[in-house]
Amino acid sequence: MNSLLRHKGWTWGFRTTILLYFVVLIVLPILGVYYNSFSLGFGTFAESLSDPIAWKSVFLTLKLAIIATLFNVAAGTMIAWVLIRYKFPGKALLNSLVDLPFALPTAVGGLMILLLLGPGSLIGGMAEALGFEIVFHQPAIVIAMIFVTFPFVIRAVQPLLEELDPSEEEAAYTMGAKGSRVFWRVIFPSMAPGMIGGGMLAFSRALAEFGAVVLVAGNIPGRTLVSSVFIFGEVESDNPVGAAAVSIILLTLSFLILWLINMLQMRGRRS
Amino acid sequence: MRNLWIGLTYLIFFLLIAAPLGKMTMSAFSQGFGGFWDALARPEALHALMMTGFVVIVVTVFNTLFGIMLALYLVRANWIHPRLKGLLNSIVDLPYAVSPVIGGLMIVLLLGPDSALGALFENMGIKIVYAFPGMAIATLFVTFPLMVREVMPVLQEIGSQQEEAASTLGAYGWTTFWKVTWPSIRWAVIYGVILTVARSLGEFGAVLVVSGNIMNKTQTATTLVYQDVENFNVTAAGGVALVLAAFSVGLLLLMEWTKRRKEVH
Repeated sequence: MNSLLRHKGWTWGFRTTILLYFVVLIVLPILGVYYNSFSLGFGTFAESLSDPIAWKSVFLTLKLAIIATLFNVAAGTMIAWVLIRYKFPGKALLNSLVDLPFALPTAVGGLMILLLLGPGSLIGGMAEALGFEIVFHQPAIVIAMIFVTFPFVIRAVQPLLEELDPSEEEAAYTMGAKGSRVFWRVIFPSMAPGMIGGGMLAFSRALAEFGAVVLVAGNIPGRTLVSSVFIFGEVESDNPVGAAAVSIILLTLSFLILWLINMLQMRGRRS
Repeated sequence: MRNLWIGLTYLIFFLLIAAPLGKMTMSAFSQGFGGFWDALARPEALHALMMTGFVVIVVTVFNTLFGIMLALYLVRANWIHPRLKGLLNSIVDLPYAVSPVIGGLMIVLLLGPDSALGALFENMGIKIVYAFPGMAIATLFVTFPLMVREVMPVLQEIGSQQEEAASTLGAYGWTTFWKVTWPSIRWAVIYGVILTVARSLGEFGAVLVVSGNIMNKTQTATTLVYQDVENFNVTAAGGVALVLAAFSVGLLLLMEWTKRRKEVH
């Protein structure tokens, strides 16, 4: 039996199966999208994108994702700092709660935001009385993006702060540097890679987010229709080529970000 | 200053996580426990939860087996050229960069009724898109990196010396794997399984595009929540969402526990 199992043919068959599975599952679908969006020639591709609904959705997504990312970089860095540097009641609980947005299905996240801020709720009613519109408008999309990308920056900055050698800080203080100067010269530079790396991950996730956004956005073309929802709409209305054109813009952007993150990590490891 | 930062942290956690979660729980029970129960006892809700369960089981089994093997090959195999290995290694992460909706679109384009492959399967009588196989494939695509990325660093860390020693002493491939490799990667695999279950439980975008969201046929728990919201049936949506959230919180606790076990040795 064992000699049968050890036969070369089995080994090669097994190896080929695993690698083939990998290539067919991951590479083939990605190539398929690129192929499909150019299948009717470059003209059709350009035409799909020149549709104002399409390109406006791309720019809207970029704009809102940038706002959400900036918020998360600021808030995430602060939270990472608080969770590492200070001791206070409830710290362990907060630290485990950080990952909750990753664990929750995104549709559930969207529903939670809709229920909290939607029409008929306390906050929604108050905002409406003050003349703000949240749900089904751009603020709700930003909130949904912030919610789903919340853990990225925190989880990227925390290990860097943990590794920071306290003697560096002490040395700076001993040499007479003031608190703010120590922060900007010593602590901030060591947190920066995490802020950038985590921020880029959050940005690419915010660009791609669908589940949470589709529930809270009004999906009005040009105003609250983000790319992922646009793609979904195109698929539903049986126009996969239009969907593919916007998809490859988003995909190429995400791949670039992923590549940049990898480059940054490699440089970090080398230095 | 210190108290200001701590207060601000609490405020963000309350506004972003505690308040929405609390509000959803209240809304699910807004018509009492009976309303919550009715939302779950609907035939379409039971069917949707069952579909989610099937997808989770199939995806977890496939991802675990293929993920472990691929991680082993990417770390250990000397029959793959290093350059090719590097390329394959970076391909593993690609699904992270793909929006779930686009992941679903890919499957529709590749295997949908209008595509060559889809037509071929259709002739054989197998329906892939708008049926269970498509949903499983879409979820497999989205969750693929999780297991590989958990197991690879552990394999790199333990090195290949012990395995080589075992083979030198005459152990066959499987024996070496079970007796030497498996004990060290065990907790990483369990952690990967939990991550895969959590992710496939909550997968929404890819499944929505591929399944067509047909009630009592291809509807999963997350797409049912979506449909309930579209139908303005917020209480029912809250009930199903609460069940999903409870599972997620349970998995999160399990993750914390596993993480500690993983670090022990």
